Amino acid sequence: MELTKFWVYFSAQPLFWIIVTLAVFMLAKKLNEWAKGSAFLHPVLVAMAIIITLLMLTGTEYDAYFSGAQFIHFLLGPATVALAIPLFDHLARIRRLFFPVLLACLSGSVTAVITVVAIGHVLGGSTEVLLSLAPKSVTSPIAIGIAEQIGGYPSLAAGLALITGVMGCLLAPLVFRLFNVKRQASQGFALGLAAHGFGTAYAMQLSTLTGAFAGLAMGLTGVLSSILVPFVVRLMGL
Amino acid sequence: MLQGLFILLLCQLLGELLMMAINAPIPGPVAGMLILLVGLMILGRVPDGLRLTATGLISHLSLLFIPAGVGLMVFADQIKQQWWIILVALLVSTFLTLIVAAWVMERFKSKEGQDHGVN
Repeated sequence: MELTKFWVYFSAQPLFWIIVTLAVFMLAKKLNEWAKGSAFLHPVLVAMAIIITLLMLTGTEYDAYFSGAQFIHFLLGPATVALAIPLFDHLARIRRLFFPVLLACLSGSVTAVITVVAIGHVLGGSTEVLLSLAPKSVTSPIAIGIAEQIGGYPSLAAGLALITGVMGCLLAPLVFRLFNVKRQASQGFALGLAAHGFGTAYAMQLSTLTGAFAGLAMGLTGVLSSILVPFVVRLMGL
Repeated sequence: MLQGLFILLLCQLLGELLMMAINAPIPGPVAGMLILLVGLMILGRVPDGLRLTATGLISHLSLLFIPAGVGLMVFADQIKQQWWIILVALLVSTFLTLIVAAWVMERFKSKEGQDHGVN
């Protein structure tokens, strides 16, 4: 009886779900360390799965969870702005490789949107799902913004972007082997473009140069896609 | 730390206001990032307080995705019905995107015949 009262009180407090989110994330990171950094057990995916299970087991609505977790979510805004710092740090490199980098970014971003929307459309996906798929190669904070802008579901878009990130890390070694991509700049750029933050983290493990190019690709793709995706989606008649 | 947070939030606010004013499709925080980038280019360096806050936020970036990611549970029905469409679309598209991005970079690098990135 006492325990129920306790639960009813605390589960309604924002503090409770903030603590749960932090605790589960720390646990998920530990699990990932034990699994030697496997992309399948990415801490974000594991934490999401655990929290969703917890909410379903306790019959808690997402809105109740979000009333607390929104304070963590809010930090995405300033964190996105903060991405200007690594971009500034790589500015000299961007200037030197301005043309190839811009062209690779443009063609890669266009490929990402058009193929995912076209395939989803051919297979019969609903409009809302297609619009949430469109920003999938963009880092989640920006994907959320784009989805809001074009009429997709922001949460779904964020989740799909996370899943894309994991897929990119799993597919990249295969692509690099099949197409004989050996240069670190190219590997890093492809990873950051197709798999945003996940790809960047993976590229950092390969080498710092690969990681720098991945970070650059992630930032540029984010900026370019927020202009491109609404435009391409409109062109495709959605 | 405080100065850094202030700059970041201020840039975000300016970004939101600017995008609202010109009715552009760019999310406010992205516009804020561009505003900050221009500011840093003018200044020519990153203030220490700003770098400290920014590094802290970026190093825990993945934590910040979780609240929105948990929102997937709201779409359980749609995902149940369309999970294979989503999976195939994401897999094929990500595969093609990796190929195109790497191919364009490789082509330009070999054309330029420069030293960058050849290791």
